[in-house]
Order: sequence, then structure tokens, then C-alpha cells
Amino acid sequence: MIDRLKTQISFLVMFFLLIAVGLFQSWSLSLAIFNLCLISAIMALGVNIQWGYAGLINIGVMGFVAVGGLAAVLVSQPPVLEAWSAGGYGIILSLFIVLIVVAIIFLIRRKIKKIVAKRILIFLTIIIGLVLLNKFYDPAVSSIEAINPAKTGFLGGAGLPIIISWIVGGIFAAAIAWIIGNVTLGLRSDYLAIATLGISEIIIAILKHEDWLSRGVKNVTGLPRPVPYEVNLQGYEWFINLISYINNNKLSKIISIDEKNELLRNLVIESSGLFVKICYSGLLVSVLLIILFFCNRALNSPWGRMMRSIRDNEEAANAMGKNIFKQHLQVFILGSAVLGIAGAMLTTLNGQFTPGSYQPLRFTFLIWIMVIVGGSGNNLGSILGGFFIWFLWIEAEPMSIFAMQLLTSSLEESSLIKSHLMESAPHLRLFIMGLVLLITLRFRPKGILPEKIRRI
Amino acid sequence: MSYLYGKNMVGGYGGADILNGCSIKVNRGEIAVIVGPNGAGKSTAMKAILGLLKLKEGKIELNGQDITKISPQERVKYGMAFVPQTNNVFNSMTVRENLEMGAHLREDNILNTLNQVFKLFPVLKDKEKQLAGELSGGQRQQVAVGRAMMTNPDFLLLDEPTAGVSPIVMNELFERILEIKNTGVSILIVEQNARQALSIADQGFVLVNGTNKISGTGSELLSNENVRRSFLGG
Amino acid sequence: MSTLVDIINAFALLSNFVLVPAISYGSQLALGALGVTLIFGILRFANFAHGDLMAFGTMITILFTWWFQSLNINLGFLPTAILALPFAIILTSMFAIIIEKSVFRFYRLNKSPPVILLIASIGVMFMINAIVRFIIGPNDQRFFDGEKFIIRAGEFKEITGLSEGIAIKSTQVITLIVTLVAVMLLFYFLNRTKTGKAMRAFSDNEDLALLSGVNPDRIVLITWIIAATLATIAGTLYGLDKSFKPFTYFMLLLPIFASAILGGIGSPIGAVVGGYIIAFSEIMLTYAYKKFFIYLLPDSLSPTGLVQLLSTDYKFAISFLILVIVLVLRPSGIFKGKTL
Repeated sequence: MIDRLKTQISFLVMFFLLIAVGLFQSWSLSLAIFNLCLISAIMALGVNIQWGYAGLINIGVMGFVAVGGLAAVLVSQPPVLEAWSAGGYGIILSLFIVLIVVAIIFLIRRKIKKIVAKRILIFLTIIIGLVLLNKFYDPAVSSIEAINPAKTGFLGGAGLPIIISWIVGGIFAAAIAWIIGNVTLGLRSDYLAIATLGISEIIIAILKHEDWLSRGVKNVTGLPRPVPYEVNLQGYEWFINLISYINNNKLSKIISIDEKNELLRNLVIESSGLFVKICYSGLLVSVLLIILFFCNRALNSPWGRMMRSIRDNEEAANAMGKNIFKQHLQVFILGSAVLGIAGAMLTTLNGQFTPGSYQPLRFTFLIWIMVIVGGSGNNLGSILGGFFIWFLWIEAEPMSIFAMQLLTSSLEESSLIKSHLMESAPHLRLFIMGLVLLITLRFRPKGILPEKIRRI
Repeated sequence: MSYLYGKNMVGGYGGADILNGCSIKVNRGEIAVIVGPNGAGKSTAMKAILGLLKLKEGKIELNGQDITKISPQERVKYGMAFVPQTNNVFNSMTVRENLEMGAHLREDNILNTLNQVFKLFPVLKDKEKQLAGELSGGQRQQVAVGRAMMTNPDFLLLDEPTAGVSPIVMNELFERILEIKNTGVSILIVEQNARQALSIADQGFVLVNGTNKISGTGSELLSNENVRRSFLGG
Repeated sequence: MSTLVDIINAFALLSNFVLVPAISYGSQLALGALGVTLIFGILRFANFAHGDLMAFGTMITILFTWWFQSLNINLGFLPTAILALPFAIILTSMFAIIIEKSVFRFYRLNKSPPVILLIASIGVMFMINAIVRFIIGPNDQRFFDGEKFIIRAGEFKEITGLSEGIAIKSTQVITLIVTLVAVMLLFYFLNRTKTGKAMRAFSDNEDLALLSGVNPDRIVLITWIIAATLATIAGTLYGLDKSFKPFTYFMLLLPIFASAILGGIGSPIGAVVGGYIIAFSEIMLTYAYKKFFIYLLPDSLSPTGLVQLLSTDYKFAISFLILVIVLVLRPSGIFKGKTL
């Protein structure tokens, strides 16, 4: 009971915070924060599946989010046929070579027993593979990248509605997680953390530099939207009617027709932006609720119980004959898929894919703070953490500037110290994040909404 | 008046109590041995004496002083030295360094003690520069005992010193323990090999289910019909 | 046929673009990795805040350097930063001790699992990152002064008459000398002094070390002081050689972890070897060997491509790749780590 009350109050407080932003700053900002809160919450759920359910420490969140973003590009962009005819075969052949090399290495590891022979053969396979790749891959890449580099210079995508990418992003991330998991899940927890951090950086490096795939740091902008565009909205009659209906009070007070129309036009322009954001909110909330539904089902199922038992006592679970590696792989893939979905959603919301913007501080460590602060092992806790930390992340900047203004109010306007302090104030939000994490970890290690203790 | 007296010790690791009021006495300059079946609380009794286990009841006196509340590290300063059963050497350090670590708290010249240890275990002198982790099981055990001797102890506690070493090494180790005793050190041993251990013991304690079953001098216990049948294999 | 001069030219070329830069970069990584490895050996967790600790130490060096410059205090041909370094080491060590006492000590005494300490270090990372950006800003800072080159490429060519020159920057020589001294002092400390041996013993077998009367608080404190010292030196050398930017230092964390793990985490000698291997791999795998082969091979065999194994785009990714491969194939590293 008390738990439930606490949860409700926490979410209410969060809700009022967002309302306050709407009232004091702007509704547009409030909705923008809300939408990113939703995406953060989904990311936090993904990490919570791995860390909260199973105790797996994945510091490679960024990589999976970026892979989801890539899916958004590959699904929604129209295919560049010229590029396909110029280098498509080369790329496909190269991928084929990579697959064969991997398969051969796998076979060698299976079949050949002598260690020296095994190593030499693997080494030779890799060298031959590299030489072959050099022959087909490089020319293909340069011919693809040569085609209209200012606009395309890549293979393009499937030209499908972008919303499909939300599922594809999950599948991409799951596939990558399957590979990574198979390679790294046997490691000790801290090694797993470092390995996943390294892998996520490798993924970003590939996305940054393989221009044929997604234009690299040249970015893909202007991704299609799953919701209407503001310009179109402003032309729709039903939308204008809706706005005039909502603002009837305000409009009816004005007598002059011209003024009335002028005000209506402004209102429509203003509201179209809000409407688009609300559409996004609707989509994001639906996805969040669907994922939350499945997360709760999973957590309370026999599978969830087994996961927790493995997390709490790996040795005992091992002794009971549970295949821990397999279970860990499952949970790693599931969590990563959720991260991929969130990544695709984020790229959709942004309308652009910019590999250069993926930084571990924002896309990995911040998500971890959300989970720890919100309450690991508790789905609602992670969602709350996602909301709260994202809100703080955005609002900490104006808050620090405001605080710094108060602090330096006694100093003269031209003072060098004051200008330096004011300039540096935004960096304090990193400090606040670290502090919030440390305080939670120390005084409330189970987070704001702790994991419920279940009787088995 | 005994040198060490663990009186009516009760305690465990959180769950059910493992010690249910057992008492251990060691007289000055004597060897006392704790034997008993598996799970009887032999090692736990030793840990309680060392202070690695919080007692619910009972107390521990050393030389007439109550040391129940003193931390294990402090007890080192009171002249207690402990040789754990496993992980009892610094694997990545040389034999010499292992011995020096034993004398970590000492400010005086340690060369005398070092020579004594080398005299006791001549093989350690030969392997002085070798890593302890590379030695054989018996040699590692000697390093472990040697490290404890370097603290210049008045009271030496050995937890199953012969676990996992060959019979020849075991006999030699017992001989060395007797030699240590002869320098005036009081010794408490927890042992699986009850017969050999009791044969060098001045006092023996048979523990069952965390309480004293039978106590007596080593030879008394060895000739006790009950003890022979249950623990010595006839 | 290539003549002897060609061969010498080829190796001069390689020295200039591979050997010399890799040695100085490797030294910087080695110092950083030593800090990570010491913390891991004694406190048993992977310290994600180490890159930012390096940034903090370097920032203090830079602030002192600016102050000395404003007072017109300098070391002549040597960079003023060398004079600032000892002050920075003291302040950074104090900073590290404050962090230990206020953050890590609690979890250590509670015997928290290493993962919790790791997460705590993420919090510390955020806070140090903020402090550094707050004080000195997120931008590039160059604080090198003094004589830039020991020998310039042109001078080298003139002296030797070769067509390839070797340029040696003074920062590269300083890096090498400071690293040698620091590493030698550290190894002397660990292997010859009583406290150093106690540290190794604590890292090897904590329980037995406690039974021998080793004071854990003292060991942990000394470990932080050494780690902070090494971090400050490594950061300052890197900043002198290239430039100081808080974000770059955060990113250095990965090659540093890679070095420590490759060498065997917890093994100081492994950290040093690992640092050089990572540095050489990064530079050798991305260097275009075209000119090198033109010198060595007869004209008919001259390569047409760049003869580059990996594009320089992936320079940074190489260390991550090595890191992952090592973790998967041989997690204990070259020197079977886990103890000092």
C-alpha cells in the first residue's frame, strides 16, 4: 500500500514539475522535455531489464541506441539506386566475405585441436579475408560515396514508413546484442562493463566513418515523420476549426475581423508545433506502455523469478542446474532490443541521424544514473528515474545559471570573475548529476522506488 | 592457570549457531589440539579465538586478560599468530618477502628470527628468492608457518596445517611444530589427522556439534575407546 | 636494388612517424594504466573516474603554469609546466584523498561488491568532469612553452645527409625521461620498501595481509596518492605533447583501460608493457607504409596504394578492439594480473 502511494505521489510530483515548466517557461519546452523523458524512460527500462533483473552491467548503452538510430535511417530513407548499381554488389560481396571468414574461423576453432595450427590457420584466414576485402570493398565504397556526395553518397534505405524502424531498430540491436553477448557475457562484471563500453565506441566509430552506410559524420537529415508537419497542419481546415473552437473565448472578445483572423493565424502557427509534439507524445506513451506491460509480465513470471534468483545468488542457481549463460544472453538481448527501439524513436523524434552526437556521458552514463536513482529492479522506478533525471538534465542548466546569478549578484557586471562564473555555470549540471547519483547510492542504494520484495 | 581460555563460546555466521558453548584451554608452552568430525565447529572455534567471529556468549581470555572485544588485527599485537588453512601465503611474493611480511609490525631487527625460521625450515633458505606461489604444497605450508613465526608469537594458531600434504611432509611438519613448542610458544591446532595430532598434543578437545564431547591429555584421548572408535578408525 | 642509404632512409622514416610518436604516447598511456592498475589491485574496482582525475591534475598544472608565467618564472628551455608539476601532484593527491574519504571509503568498509564501487566512480567521473569544465572550460588549452624541438627534421637531414629527417620534440624526450624516472621510482617503492611490499601483500591476499598487521586505511591512502601522482604526470605529459581538452582526457580512459587489461590488470609491469603495445598498435596499424616500401623495394614492386592496414579514422577504435579481443581470449592479460 505504502509502496503504491509513494509511486503515485512520485509520478504526481513529476507531472506537476512538467506543468510548472509549461506555466513558467513554455508549453512547447514542457512537451519537448516530456517527449524526451518518455524516450529516456524506455532506455532506462532497457538498462533495468539487464541490470535490475539480472545484474548485468552494460556500459555500452550508447551503441545500441545508435544502432536503433541507424535503423531509422535505413528504413525510412529512399534507396539510392545509382549507388546500388555502382557499388551494391561490392558491398554485398564484402559482407559475404566477412561472413565466410567468420564461419571458417568458427569451423577452425571447432575442428582443429592443435593450438599452434589453430592459431596459424585463424591468422591466415583473417589475412586472406582482409586482402579480399581490400579488393572488393574499397572500390565499392569509393564509388558509392562518389555519387552525389553532398546529398546522398550512401546506399540509402528501404523507403518505408519510419515508424517501422522502431521495430527494426529493436531487431538490429537484438542482433548486435546476440553477437556481443556471445562474446562477452562470460566475463566478470567489471570486465563486462569495460568491454561493452569499448564495443559501443567501436559501433560509433563505424557509424561515423562508414559513409556508404549512413553518410557518417555528414549526417542524414530531414528524416520523414510519423506525424503531420506543422506547415501542412496550418493548412488543414479541421485543424484551424479545432484551434478556433479551443480558443473561442479569446477570439470572441475581439470584434474586428482582421484582428480576429490575425490572432487565429498566430494561434494556429503556435498550436501546430504543440500539436505535433502532442502527436509524438501519444506515440511514445503508447510504446512505453506496451513495453512496460511486457516488462511487468516478464518480471512477475517464473522467468523473472529465475532471473532474480540467478542475480542474487549465481552460484546457487548454477548448482541448481540453471544455464546461467543462456539466461544472461536472453536478458541481454531483450534489454538491448528495448534500447534499440528507444534509439530509433529518438532519431525519429529528432528527424536526423548524427553519429557525432553520440557521447557516452549522455547516452550511456546518464541512462545508468536514471536506473540507479529511479530504483533498479523496479520498472516504474526506472521510468520515474528516466523522467526525473532527464528533467534535471534539462533544467539543471537554467537552474545553475540562475543560482550563479544570485551568487554573483554582488559582483560588478564587468568583473572577469563574474563573466567566467556565468559562462561556466552550465557545466554544473554534470556536477549535479554526479552528486545525485552518489547521494542515491549512499543513502538510498535501492533508488527512489525500490524493488518490491516478493515472496517466492 | 591456562594461558588462553575460550570460555563457553556461543556463536555462528548469522544462521544457526555453530558453537554451542564450547570451551578451549591452552596452557603456556603446550600444544592443544581440536579434533572432531566434519562440521563440528573446529575451525569456527579457532576463528572465535582469533576474533574473526563475533561471539554471542562466552569470553576469551589471554594471559588472564579479557580480549573478547579486541579486533583480530589488535590480537596480532598481543602475540597471537594465525596460519589459515588455505590462501596462507602471498603467492606473488618471494619466500623472503613472505617472511618479511610476517614481521611487518616489528620495529626491531628481524634477522635473528629469520635465521631461526631458516633453521627450522632449511628448504626455505634455499628457495628464499623463489615466488611462494611456485612452491609445492608442503613447502608453501612451511612458508605459512614461517610467516607466522616471524611475528615472534607467544601463541600460534594453526588451522589444519597438514591438509593436502603428503604423509612424509605431514610427519615432518608435526616435528617442526614440536620444535616450535620447545621454544616456549603455546600452540593451538585444528586437525583432521586426529591420530598424529593427538600424539604430539598435551591437551586434546573433541568437538561434536559445537560442544566439548571429550577432553583430556593427548595420550588419554588416544587410548579412549570412544574416541578411537569414532575418530581414529578403530 | 635498394642501396644502404635507401634502407637507412626507410627506417629513418619509420622512426619519425612511428617509433618516436609511439614511444611518447605509449609512455603516457603506461603512466595512466599504472594508476588504474594500482587502484584495481588494492581497491579491486575499475575506476572510471581515472581519465577525469588526469584532466584535473593537468588543469592544476596549467593553472600553476599560467601563474608562474605571469610572474615571469620559467625554466629556460624547459616548459614551465615541469616546475608546476610538483604543486599539481600535491593538490591532486589531496583531491584524490578527499574523494576516497567522502565517497569510496564508505563502500570499502561496507565490503560492497566491486560493481557498486564502479558505479560510484561513474558519479565521481561526472563531478570531476564538471569541476574541470567549470574551472578551465571545455576548450583546448595549449600550455607548452620553452624550446619546442630537440632536433628538427631539417637539421637532422643536414647533419646526416639523409633525405628523410627525424624530428624529435622536446616534449617527447621529456615524456620518456619523466616516465622512466616515475616507473623506476614506483618499482623501487613496490619491491624494496616496507610499505611497498605491504601494498603488494595487500593486493595479493588481503586477509593474510590484515593478519600480518597491515593497516588497510594507510595502504588505501598511499594507493590514491600514487594513482593521483601518476595521473597528474600522465595528463600533463599528454597535454604538453598534444593539447589539453577535458573531453579528450575522458576518452583516454579506454586506451588506458585497454593497456591495463592487456598487460594484466593489477600488474604494474603489465600496465607499462600494455601501454606501449596499445600505442604502437594504434600508430602502426594506421600508418601508410607506401613511402617506406618505395625505399625498400625495387621500382617494379613499388606499391600503388597507401599500404595502410586501417584507415586513420579507426585509430582510436584499435585500442577498443584490442581491449575486447584480450577480454575475450585472455582476460587475465599478458602478465596474469590481479595482484601487484
